[in-house]
Amino acid sequence: MTYTFHFRDVFAAQDALLQGLVLTLELTATTILFGFIIGLGVAVASVYGPRWAQRAARAYVELIRNTPLLVQLFIVFFGLPSIGLKLDVLPVATIGLAINLGAYAAEILRAGIQSIPRSQVEAGVTLGLTRSQIFRHIVLVPALKNVFPSLTSQFILLMLATSVASQIAAPELFYAGSIIQSRTYRDFEVYTVIAVVYLVLALLLRGLLALCYRLLFTHR
Amino acid sequence: MIRDLSWVDPLYLLFALRWTILLTLLALVGGAPIGLLVASLGNTANPSTRLVSRAYIGLVQGIPLLAWLFLFFFGFPIFGIDVPAWLAATCAFSVYAGAFLGEIWRGALMSIPKTQWEASSSIGMSYIAQLRYVIIPQAIRIATPPTVGFVMQLVKNTSLAAVIGFVEVTREGQMTAAATLAPLSVYAMVGAFYFALCYPLTVYSRRLERRLHVAR
Repeated sequence: MTYTFHFRDVFAAQDALLQGLVLTLELTATTILFGFIIGLGVAVASVYGPRWAQRAARAYVELIRNTPLLVQLFIVFFGLPSIGLKLDVLPVATIGLAINLGAYAAEILRAGIQSIPRSQVEAGVTLGLTRSQIFRHIVLVPALKNVFPSLTSQFILLMLATSVASQIAAPELFYAGSIIQSRTYRDFEVYTVIAVVYLVLALLLRGLLALCYRLLFTHR
Repeated sequence: MIRDLSWVDPLYLLFALRWTILLTLLALVGGAPIGLLVASLGNTANPSTRLVSRAYIGLVQGIPLLAWLFLFFFGFPIFGIDVPAWLAATCAFSVYAGAFLGEIWRGALMSIPKTQWEASSSIGMSYIAQLRYVIIPQAIRIATPPTVGFVMQLVKNTSLAAVIGFVEVTREGQMTAAATLAPLSVYAMVGAFYFALCYPLTVYSRRLERRLHVAR
């Protein structure tokens, strides 16, 4: 092997890397927020909604979960302008990723809601709690606690999947990598650095979510 | 040159779908031995081999699949080996599948109660015989639904091989979209093809899972 590694060229572009990193974090955070809201709405619709809402929720979940993210992003990327919505590429990526995450989160949250025994809800009714109190305190919080590990893995997968948004030119970390690559031709070095950054991010996100779990659920 | 989308385009996409299927199969052929190794290392009494197994799973699952593809695609030439896109993709997907299959199978092995091992050794079975006649038949039943589910994930994820220029159905779609300037209809078709491939797997996995619960 006669190849000499040149990591210096990659680190010289640290500004671009840092900017990409910040945008990846932003993209991850906003997607998790919106994806969770979509997922919760769809999960509630698929458990408590009227028949048509249940059907619609089911169709959305199956459609998204059985097609690749890359194709979904292309459809959103080319589809939004054709319905007259001309947005910046970052909001487009957020919309695409949130629609994707929403389906996975919905499936997880639905399982969580259905894991609460009926007797718990009935006990709430006998205590005279209102419907929204029952949903909040008896169904939602214990359900979230039950499925938090699944949600954690899904959020980490999503964080890694934001790299796919580079393919619609969303200027996140992976995209920054491809820019540096085209400038320096140090392809292997660039993607090694990028991979390590993602690995650290994944570990940090796992730690952060474990902390969230402890803060949210253990004092009860 | 720009042409109209015509009836041959879905056919071309359909033909490209076989490369998607082939890449999935290659990834499974490469990933299954890795998965077996990871699962069996993760199931030993020795903490250091268990650590190796966990570290492998953590490493692969902590790095985006796209990065694995690029690392293999650009990594081979460093050693003076020029590989075609399909081979780089096969390597990346095998590494990826190995981690996920390893995790699924390790879980299945560990879910077999210890008493099964004790009972089979008390009737004088050898270690191999225990695995062959007692442990693996039960573990396979547990592992099959999530394994089928993962194959479905793999089918979807092979779409990323388009990024390094492997012409499977997504890449074919990109080229068709560029030639016809009708990206929306083209990607809708591509999505429909993936759905047709993945949805039966999803349903099958779910049915297997239900049967498993009924049997217990």
